[in-house]
Amino acid sequence: MSENAKMPPLPTGTFGERAVTWSRKNLFDGWFNTLLTLGAIAFIIWLIPPIFNWAVVNATLTPTIEGCAEVTGACWGFVNANLRLILFGTYPYDEQWRPVLAMIVLVGIICGSLAAVKFPGLRKWIIPMWVIGVPVIGILMWGGVFGLTYVQNSFWGGLPLTMILSAIGVIFAFPLGLLLALGRQSNMPAIKTVSVVYIEVIRGVPLITVLFMASVMFPLFLPAGVTIDKLLRAQIGIILFTAAYLAEVFRGGLQAVPRGQFEAADSLSLSYWQSMRLIILPQALRLVIPPTVNSFISMFKDTTLVVIIGLFDFLGTVKLALRSDPAWTKYYVEGYAFAAAIFFLICFSMAKYSAYLEKELRKGERR
Amino acid sequence: MSKPHHAPGDVRSKSLTDYLNDENVRAVLYQVVAIGLIILTSWYLVSNTLDNLEQQNISTGYSFLDLEASFEISESMIDYSAKSTYATALLVGLLNTIKVAFLGIILCTIIGIIFGVARLSSNWIVRKLATVYVETFRNIPVLLQLFFWYALIPNSFPHPRDALEPLPGVLLTSRGLYLPVPIADTAYTLMGIAAILALVAIYFVKKWAKKRQDATGEPFPMTAAGFGIFFGLVFIAYLLGGAPTEIDMPTLKGFNIRGGYNISPEFLALLIGLTVYTSTYVAEVVRSGIQAVPNGQWEAADSLGIKRSVALRKVILPQSMRVAIPPLTNQYLNLTKNSSLAVAVGYPDLVSVSNTTMNQTGQAIEAISIFMLIYLGLSLLTSLFMNWFNKKMALVER
Repeated sequence: MSENAKMPPLPTGTFGERAVTWSRKNLFDGWFNTLLTLGAIAFIIWLIPPIFNWAVVNATLTPTIEGCAEVTGACWGFVNANLRLILFGTYPYDEQWRPVLAMIVLVGIICGSLAAVKFPGLRKWIIPMWVIGVPVIGILMWGGVFGLTYVQNSFWGGLPLTMILSAIGVIFAFPLGLLLALGRQSNMPAIKTVSVVYIEVIRGVPLITVLFMASVMFPLFLPAGVTIDKLLRAQIGIILFTAAYLAEVFRGGLQAVPRGQFEAADSLSLSYWQSMRLIILPQALRLVIPPTVNSFISMFKDTTLVVIIGLFDFLGTVKLALRSDPAWTKYYVEGYAFAAAIFFLICFSMAKYSAYLEKELRKGERR
Repeated sequence: MSKPHHAPGDVRSKSLTDYLNDENVRAVLYQVVAIGLIILTSWYLVSNTLDNLEQQNISTGYSFLDLEASFEISESMIDYSAKSTYATALLVGLLNTIKVAFLGIILCTIIGIIFGVARLSSNWIVRKLATVYVETFRNIPVLLQLFFWYALIPNSFPHPRDALEPLPGVLLTSRGLYLPVPIADTAYTLMGIAAILALVAIYFVKKWAKKRQDATGEPFPMTAAGFGIFFGLVFIAYLLGGAPTEIDMPTLKGFNIRGGYNISPEFLALLIGLTVYTSTYVAEVVRSGIQAVPNGQWEAADSLGIKRSVALRKVILPQSMRVAIPPLTNQYLNLTKNSSLAVAVGYPDLVSVSNTTMNQTGQAIEAISIFMLIYLGLSLLTSLFMNWFNKKMALVER
């Protein structure tokens, strides 16, 4: 720690000399560090080659059970043979370009919204993008208009389902969470109590209980004869759950806006909503973008829980593929590894972007 | 919002708009409307629910808790059979939740601290390995990890007939892990009492040592003394109890293993999954806790001539604890909440037992309300603890 404060010596000498100096300082600094380095190298040598051999050298991509039986390594053929099932679930085979297009639209809007942090010119397009984009996704997925055949949402599945559940969850939770956060800050005792109770109750229980509630209790809440399907119930459960977490994120942002800003708005005799819209929220929301992305990441991971109430999201379709033929069942490592890799890529890159945004926002403060 | 101005002596009664422009009147109005809406909605939902329940011939109330559960639970810490009541079944579930959460919290703390410190290591390769561990396991959904471990254990370990025996008496099979346990004896009760007595003794010795150090400046080797008192007393109790050596060894009988203590694959998968996932978060908490202590604290300790190891223990860690404990408690709570994913791997925790109860009795509302209330209670307790801790740890400024 205190070493960090010292200026590092300027690099001198040839590449080889510098490499030696670097490794002395970073790898072989004292007997304890040398021991750690040797141990770590031994660990890597023990771990990596067998995994590499299994995953690459001895693996096969042949999409047949017979082809997989011949090799000693990974049977990526399982993923290869069931790729469409894993990615899109039971969505009609010939129509699967539609979920692909829907995913592209969704990723486009998400990236566009996030890019707006960096490019202020995009900001005024965020709301139009979502207002147009979400119905477009709905039309693509459901169909039934413009000559697209109608696809019931019980056939939806795989990666598009995971992305839709989490993205729509966060988008609809956004306004609800904002209202809850404002309610929590409010001077009106009744409104404050309702917001606090809602936020704390939802945050106090696991997501799976909210999903159980959505799948078992929602049907009881509706008048006899009215039913809403399982996907929509899960989506509502996810929205209600996310809203409580976003409310706490927004509260953090609101609390970070200095008191003087509220007073300045008051002294201009702006109304509550005017001061919020023009003064407070623009400052608060800017601060909460990175934690909101983090909420989205955890929602993206938590969406897998809908498997438990019988929906086939990306994890559910992997399980579906594993069960599709008893001969495939033993290739669960390959199936789960594939799903894990996709989840990792998406979550990791979003997490890195969120960390970058946080740094960018702090840069502005320092200026 | 300015209040309407009236000249002194103005007796004109306020008009309706005047009232509506009054901030206080408006606040009351908003709240009445909000509460009214909430009451109306709840009334609508409740009346619908009651209608639906009546149509489906489901009675409401918690009387089903006294009925016979008539389902088996694969593992239980208390006496339970299919003849027990639903209430007992739920208690079994709650105890199972507590068991996995308790062990998970201990393990994820240990692993998390190791990786958190390793991420700050001056050793490049150790730092990178720790980063890879943390980034990999925190970016893969915990449910996927659970499914993976749950598929791995029965498939990659041998049938009980050719069980692996990594240590004498420890058997690894597709049916879980078998451990040898000492056969019950009064000596172990004595040892338990001795352990509690030792903790009390340590508390008083610590108090005395602090008083002495405050008065004379002389330090007391508290860690060594603490371990000495604890293990010494427990060992004396063991000897006084007659030093029993009988151990219940797991052995193969027929097609299965008898004796010993069985840790089921479900429990093992859940424990490993939760521990690995949460340990990545704990590692981050530990890392940011240590980094949150300003460099000046190290330098101040240096300039007082305090050794680096002592500075870490007495100057840095107590300060990073203040930063780290609240998010750490949060992670513990998350682990406890995530343990409800047991339902996906078939471990009979609270949610999974409630789910069975719900399916058998149709008492969805009651079953869900029970486990929601229990989790809420746990969260409430945690936040009470956090408030207490924050108050105790808050910087006392002059």
